[in-house]
Amino acid sequence: MLLTLPIAISVVLVSVFTRAGETVLFTVGPFDATAEGVDFAGQTLVRLLAISTSIGLFGLTTQPAAFVLDLERRRLSPRLAFIALNTIEAVPAMVERATVIQAAQRARGLDTEGSVRARIRGVLPLVGPVILSSLTEVEERSLALEVRAFGRPGRRELLWRSPDDTIQLLARLLMVAVLLGLIVGRLSGTVPSTP
Amino acid sequence: MSLELKVENYRYPGYARSVIRDVSLSIADGETVGLVGPNEAGKSTLCLVASGLAPASVGGELRGSLTIDGRPMAKLATYELAERVVVGFQNPNTQRSGISATVFEEVALGPMNLGLPLEETVERTWAALRLLRLESIATRNPARLSGGQAQLVGIASLLAMRPGHIILDEPTAQLDPAGTRLVAEALRQLADAGTSLLVAEHKTDLLDDLCSRVLVIDGGRIVRDGPTAEVFADPMLVDLGVEPPARVRLQRALAAAGLDTITGLEDVVVEQARSAATVLPEAAAFDQ
Repeated sequence: MLLTLPIAISVVLVSVFTRAGETVLFTVGPFDATAEGVDFAGQTLVRLLAISTSIGLFGLTTQPAAFVLDLERRRLSPRLAFIALNTIEAVPAMVERATVIQAAQRARGLDTEGSVRARIRGVLPLVGPVILSSLTEVEERSLALEVRAFGRPGRRELLWRSPDDTIQLLARLLMVAVLLGLIVGRLSGTVPSTP
Repeated sequence: MSLELKVENYRYPGYARSVIRDVSLSIADGETVGLVGPNEAGKSTLCLVASGLAPASVGGELRGSLTIDGRPMAKLATYELAERVVVGFQNPNTQRSGISATVFEEVALGPMNLGLPLEETVERTWAALRLLRLESIATRNPARLSGGQAQLVGIASLLAMRPGHIILDEPTAQLDPAGTRLVAEALRQLADAGTSLLVAEHKTDLLDDLCSRVLVIDGGRIVRDGPTAEVFADPMLVDLGVEPPARVRLQRALAAAGLDTITGLEDVVVEQARSAATVLPEAAAFDQ
């Protein structure tokens, strides 16, 4: 949620002060804060909150490996499953590698803290090794995967099955039904649209 | 049945210089062959070529042939190669798939990819973990292991595939003496079961203990190929920057001191020197 804070602040500022409207609440320099702008900012914030909450809920309640392997069980190609999972796992791995390289560069006297200028100067010696080592690792890892018959066509028997009981199945069906209902309702005009 | 490699030359993509030249190599089933040589001699490249990954995956140009169990490997896809020969690399971090949540899943990945029934995948995985005494870390995250543990997991991942031929490029680079002995014991069991092994190593003590035959590579060429004892006794090794095993160094030290050696006795002396290494620093020098 905190990650969406900078976006939320910018949305509020842009909407409140640049949205054209007749009801001016107050003025800051050349910018008028309008009631219409506040209304639009509120709606956008609610949408943003809904999206970030659902992504956050998914991230906090779902193990990436379990999710992707379950997709593979449901006939997703193992290659696509690997790409999806490795992409998810690559972020923390890269952060970890950057931390190690940063520590190594600091040990050699690179100033990565302090003024903004010093930090900017410290970025280049960090980014180069992170990217190059990642690329090297990708090449070696792809060889190691090929050694383990990764590209073999055909289905493979997965080690385990994610728990999926009747209640979960019913909940999923209910959510799909609600979604379809909302779409139909919106198209037919039964469910009002936001202004 | 064997692994037969004949290389006129091999060069990496984008390079004009050949890295491997005039190599003719045959490894019989159950035979364990060591590969030594100075840095940049071509050990890792020879491992790649002997496994078929070069040029199949790595690219480059190979003039020569790789035949496994009488079948040419040139036209096979890499996953078909993996059913016959596997290769382990020295960096354990790049051996990880990066998609497994536990060590068990990591080791099971190869058998799973082979399309084996679930029961056999599980059986092979436990067998490989037991062989390297990794059962206790089966539920650990493979990304959170020490270098030595990760290297053992990498080797276990290869063993679980049960290929006929295994090539290992510095498999004990990150292992302590206990881990090294564990790998040696596991490899010995595999060789007894008929698996052929090619092991590139700087630790000549391991090869002295494990291999019946040793190859010396220098400048991309095999410059010596013979029984382990004969090759390690060759003074040429020192000139190439390859340190002979402790047994040979002890023999030479005894001979230089004017002491007679009795064949077989030096093994006992080396073992005693190893045992005494904690109290006698000079004895530890023989175990380095």
